[in-house]
Amino acid sequence: MSQAAVIHTNGHTSYLEHKGKYSGLKSWIFSTDHKRIGILYLTGLLTFYAVGVVFGFLIRLELIAPGRTIMDAQTYNSIFTLHGVIMIFLFVIPGLPAVFGNFFLPIMIGAKDVAFPRLNLLSWWLYITGGLLAIISILLPGGPADTGWTFYIPYSIRTGTNVLFTMFAAFLLGFSSILTGLNFITTIHRMRAPGMGWFKMPLFSWALYATAWIQILATPIIGITLLLIIVERVLGVGLFDPALGGDPILYQHLFWIYSHPAVYIMIVPAMGVVSEIIPVFARRTIFGYKFIAFSSIGIALFGSLVWAHHMFAVGMSDTGQFVFSLLTFLVAIPSAIKVFNWTATLYKGSIQLDPPMLYALAFIFLFSIGGLTGVMQGALSVDIHITDTAFIVAHFHYVMFGGTGVGIFAALHYWMPKMFGRMYNKKVAKVAFWFFFIGFNTLYFPMFVMGWLGMPRRYYDYLPEYTIYHQISTVGSWILILGLIIMFTNLIRGMRKGPKVTEKNIWGGETLEWQIETPPTHENFAEIPVITEGPYEYKQNEPEYEEAVSHEENGKGKEFK
Amino acid sequence: MSIPAPFTGKTEHEAHAHRDDIASRMGMWLFLFTELLLFGGLFFLYSVYRYENKEAFHDAARELDTLIGAFNTAILLTSSLTMALSIAAIQKNKKMLSVVFQMITVALGLGFMINKYFEWSLKISHGLYPKSEVMLSLDHGEIIFFGLYYVMTGLHGLHVLVGMVLISVMTNFTLKNIINRDNYVKLEAAGLYWHLVDIIWIFLFPLFYLIT
Repeated sequence: MSQAAVIHTNGHTSYLEHKGKYSGLKSWIFSTDHKRIGILYLTGLLTFYAVGVVFGFLIRLELIAPGRTIMDAQTYNSIFTLHGVIMIFLFVIPGLPAVFGNFFLPIMIGAKDVAFPRLNLLSWWLYITGGLLAIISILLPGGPADTGWTFYIPYSIRTGTNVLFTMFAAFLLGFSSILTGLNFITTIHRMRAPGMGWFKMPLFSWALYATAWIQILATPIIGITLLLIIVERVLGVGLFDPALGGDPILYQHLFWIYSHPAVYIMIVPAMGVVSEIIPVFARRTIFGYKFIAFSSIGIALFGSLVWAHHMFAVGMSDTGQFVFSLLTFLVAIPSAIKVFNWTATLYKGSIQLDPPMLYALAFIFLFSIGGLTGVMQGALSVDIHITDTAFIVAHFHYVMFGGTGVGIFAALHYWMPKMFGRMYNKKVAKVAFWFFFIGFNTLYFPMFVMGWLGMPRRYYDYLPEYTIYHQISTVGSWILILGLIIMFTNLIRGMRKGPKVTEKNIWGGETLEWQIETPPTHENFAEIPVITEGPYEYKQNEPEYEEAVSHEENGKGKEFK
Repeated sequence: MSIPAPFTGKTEHEAHAHRDDIASRMGMWLFLFTELLLFGGLFFLYSVYRYENKEAFHDAARELDTLIGAFNTAILLTSSLTMALSIAAIQKNKKMLSVVFQMITVALGLGFMINKYFEWSLKISHGLYPKSEVMLSLDHGEIIFFGLYYVMTGLHGLHVLVGMVLISVMTNFTLKNIINRDNYVKLEAAGLYWHLVDIIWIFLFPLFYLIT
């Protein structure tokens, strides 16, 4: 990035070239500029993601044939644990809020930074420390944790592996997530530009607002739960240990009280990204703005009350199961509202299939599959049949990877030119997309089938009749990884050497980030804008277009929309 | 209170370091909310285990010394008063008075911790600590009672320590005039934290000492 020439804009330098108190690496890792912190997160995030992908690849390779293929069973247990921990705590949860939320939330609401810039930097330090601890636990004697990312008791207090490290890492990451959420809520309440009413906020900000509330409401619970296991392992107080009278089921409750809402921490911001991209590339006002905004809140609300659907097989009371099943079905309503509104926005739009749009559409497709199979699991009878099978693995990869992961890729392709002032190769990006998309479905769809037929999840070995599904799935993982390699080579090359972009608005978006310099200046706005219109006023397709143009020519064109 | 100036930043430095007291308070309240939820997980465990082991909790609670508990409650409540007074003092521009009240608050916190130290050592000398022989010979419900007792009062004690450090830093800020009559939101935030610590103790005290 350093070789990029200084871009002078109205006497202000781009945030990439801004001269602060420090220079070199320090000017990044001690920066309180929300944009630089966003980039810091992006760097960390993609590094951990690469590690997670390698682990995923190894799991698939091991499963290509029954019995031992490339590793022993203990290594396999550790690898699927690390794959889960890294992907969930280091990639998917922080993914959109920490990278794109940090970078674009203040810009989208017309602010110069978040409410607490130094706290923001502290969050990143906690994130990176947690990440490094998780990685260090691999190298220490005793070996990496082998409990699965759920750390279920009693195994997690009996295993001899470095669970303490991994759990402490997760605790720090949770703390980082809480601080980011707290920061965003305060920012949205206090720092919106004049005229930026709640219903003039872009939908991505709404999504981040809902997410931030889940972050601060749910994460403390996992914090205390992980602390308790640490105490349990070190001191043996017996709060969860059945040998001392503790109840392991209570651990599961506490774990899922956080970890189910965490699923919405992951998916809601991705829905926000899709809500941004679809109107831009369909050239239409978003359909049902308020419904999309409130459905984010609805998902946050209902999503906090459904955790026990992860525990239908542990033996709860029938009433409890019934209530949790019903609430689970209810979450589908706000999610479906979003999907219908996106589709309605596309209807009669002039759709441009640029890379961000391809990913946004893939999100809708993959998320719908993931979401609908989720509704299936909400039904008690079906759930008992597919509990702990590969069906579950397929479901959450469709939601988490096909949903949030694809949301992150969409955001990368959409905002990267704005963030770095350089463009990637669109053709290559499209090729990468198709490899990714085909690989993804080849990888995960067979898991639905084998799971339905009874293939358990997390198993090292399997019966020969499942071989064919595992083989298809493993080949899918190769295609997918090829797609990822092409995608990231293209993005990184674009970021470093791609053609320069100085145009403010390359996609024709109407939200504030497209009205400022590319890349943004250190202060984002030379002057804080006054907001007079909603975020998705695409006049070209509206009947009043002519009127609006003449209106703008009468000298009002300078106002920010 | 001065007018927060988030939108008037003219220079680059102001752009990233504006002052907004309402935002600071909001952030602190949100943080306290997460602290409540952190302890909430423990209160949840307490209520479930109490429901499952009524008798054992009843018996085990007799082991705790109500007098020490009551004394500590009095100490913490007084410290909350002195904390509030220190803020009142700074609002009236009585810097040294505020400093004195802050120091009393820290001293009371220290008193609480010393009491706690003697209380815990007494238990430990009786062999009541996790994994000890005495402990393992107890009923399961009692093991959990003492487990919860150590974890909850331990985590609370940790918060008292953090609060003491926080207030000491504020005392330093007050002496350096960083905290003054026109800008005392930091002291207020530390005060809020201290009151939270106090309030959690007010729930811990009856749950462990009084319900026998």
